[in-house]
Amino acid sequence: MNAQSDTVSLIKGNEAIAKGALAAGCQCYFAYPITPQSDIPEYLSGELPRQGGEFIQAESEIGAINMLLGVAACGKRAMTSSSSPGISLKQEGISYLAGSELPGVIVNITRGSPGLGSIDPSQGDYYQATRGGGHGDYRMLVLAPSTCQEAYDLTIRAFDLAFAYRNPVMILGDAILGQMKEPVLERRETVDTSQEASEWALSGAKDRPRRLIKSLYLADGALAEHNERLQAKYQEMHKEQDWEEFATQDSQVLVVAFGSVGRIAKSAIRMLRGQGYRIGLFRPVTLYPFPSERLRELAKNNSLITIENNAGQMVDDVRLAVRNVSDSAFHGVMPGKLPSAEDFLTPILHVWEQNSQIAQAAER
Amino acid sequence: MSRIFVHEERCKGCLLCTTVCPEEALEQSERFNPNGFKVVQQNQQSECTGCAFCAEICPDYAITVFRKKKSAQETAT
Amino acid sequence: MSSQPQAEERVAFALPLTMSGASTHFCPGCHHGIIHRLMGECLEQNGLGESAICVGSVGCSVFIYNYIDVDAVEAPHGRAPAVATGVKRALPDRFVFGYQGDGDLAAIGFSEIMHCANRGEDVTIIFVNNTVFGMTGGQMAPTTLLGQNTTTSPKGRDMDKDGAPLNMSELIASLDGTAYSSRVAVNTIKNIKQAKKALKKAYRAQNQKQGFSFIEFLSACPTNWKMTPLQANEHVGTTLMQRFPLGVFRDTVE
Repeated sequence: MNAQSDTVSLIKGNEAIAKGALAAGCQCYFAYPITPQSDIPEYLSGELPRQGGEFIQAESEIGAINMLLGVAACGKRAMTSSSSPGISLKQEGISYLAGSELPGVIVNITRGSPGLGSIDPSQGDYYQATRGGGHGDYRMLVLAPSTCQEAYDLTIRAFDLAFAYRNPVMILGDAILGQMKEPVLERRETVDTSQEASEWALSGAKDRPRRLIKSLYLADGALAEHNERLQAKYQEMHKEQDWEEFATQDSQVLVVAFGSVGRIAKSAIRMLRGQGYRIGLFRPVTLYPFPSERLRELAKNNSLITIENNAGQMVDDVRLAVRNVSDSAFHGVMPGKLPSAEDFLTPILHVWEQNSQIAQAAER
Repeated sequence: MSRIFVHEERCKGCLLCTTVCPEEALEQSERFNPNGFKVVQQNQQSECTGCAFCAEICPDYAITVFRKKKSAQETAT
Repeated sequence: MSSQPQAEERVAFALPLTMSGASTHFCPGCHHGIIHRLMGECLEQNGLGESAICVGSVGCSVFIYNYIDVDAVEAPHGRAPAVATGVKRALPDRFVFGYQGDGDLAAIGFSEIMHCANRGEDVTIIFVNNTVFGMTGGQMAPTTLLGQNTTTSPKGRDMDKDGAPLNMSELIASLDGTAYSSRVAVNTIKNIKQAKKALKKAYRAQNQKQGFSFIEFLSACPTNWKMTPLQANEHVGTTLMQRFPLGVFRDTVE
């Protein structure tokens, strides 16, 4: 793979993810068309083979995730991307990746759901991404970019995390992020990843005992033991917690929002800050592991409102994180409606009012 | 004379080998192996030629075949 | 009578080194064991043991990796051809083969096998057709014969309700990406010798990067056919072969 030039390009979030994958040394990409993510396969169909990689438009999203599994078993870097309905089809494969402890990057440019839904933005796949849409007690590291630059950077991090933990990693974007254009600074240096899986990957049993990559454990107690090892790994992942804070140094009301909605909420907060309201933003970047500790700290002197482009999913994790300390109001923009900063002002101020009434009552 | 050795613990008594032996030298014995299968054995009446057909069809790799090396003098002629 | 060669004796038949030698879990008279040995033998004779990567499927066939001692990965049910595609694209100079049963390949995995063949992937898929879902207890499969009783076709497979059995070798032979497609059996010595030749041809197709290679093995399933091993072995030759004739349906291998 040749070194990326140190350029800034005005590109869509989808293309930023595709370029991030190349910068991360992705060698194989398995595609299936679905709006609003098709720029990713379109870009990689030309660029990946040009850099000596393999591009396949698979027979289905199911075919694609299983091709990724094959590449992962050989310790090579691979990615697949889709949007909500297609991601549902990949869930079994993702569970197998987790059960077989295989690294891979899966990108979901979420769209309006359920069913065929729409091609509008949505955050309705949060549960599926963080609780596991497939079968079993597995977890994926889930990264939620809110800018095209972050989409580029987090895709690179996703590959590194996938191989560090031998686990599937998901980039959870949405139609806003996928389709909007922003300047993106591309990374120059490429890291040599050729030996990162040499200890465990399949390559043909030459001068070593054969290796077996599987998720079937039928012997007594074997699966329980395997699951305990997996759970220990998921605990290990907690040190990867990542988030953005904005104007929290003196905030009294904290908005919790991720991805595109986190960014739109920041605009709303700037408007309210302009009017003297001390509002802050807490934007989780890793949805798993959820940044609970810091949020719990902030909850001690903030009233919380979670804002999402769905019917309420991350709010569960927020409430879990701050239980016994605080609670969180919720404002949901239904998938199919485009969230806008102005929409957020009233619900945030509602929490502000409640908060100040409680404060006045406490003073009397 | 060539011969076979039946690894009795592996035999499942399926008797496929008995269908391919040109000399009909194989039959089910009365002995049970630890897994409860009545194992196969070479009968006394016929002679094994070492053709290994029985081993070829055995699904459980339970038969090793020993072929008599022609003595030096025989190969010389 | 010793298990070791005595004076003047040499071992005329031994398990290929590519086999683990573990005794199998298969039912008495099941043909999986024979097929495994033929594959192990072919791997050994072509010096492929050290470069082979096996893609297992889900069914009785999954435990192939306990018996053939090569690098292996388990594929989800029906997806071995897609996983094999990924493995081959990642390691183009390794010998990649998949091993699937008829439920795995012809039911849930039908899309994967057809597209893998249609793309002409340089992989070899071994397809064991015993006309039932074996591991789960003998349910109807896409290759169940008309009139055949299974646990989910108690009155026999019915053309109007369940359609006719699928002839996979012929279907796959019709795809341009396929270099070799044949159907063999292991119920007689003659057929076993034929099967060995087919394996050699398929392995050559892959090694010479001439496209997709596919071999369908008709296989007995005494337990789920409710027959003795000898009856089941017989049944392969008489009844199965009427619907599933042996033969080479496509061969463009130089």
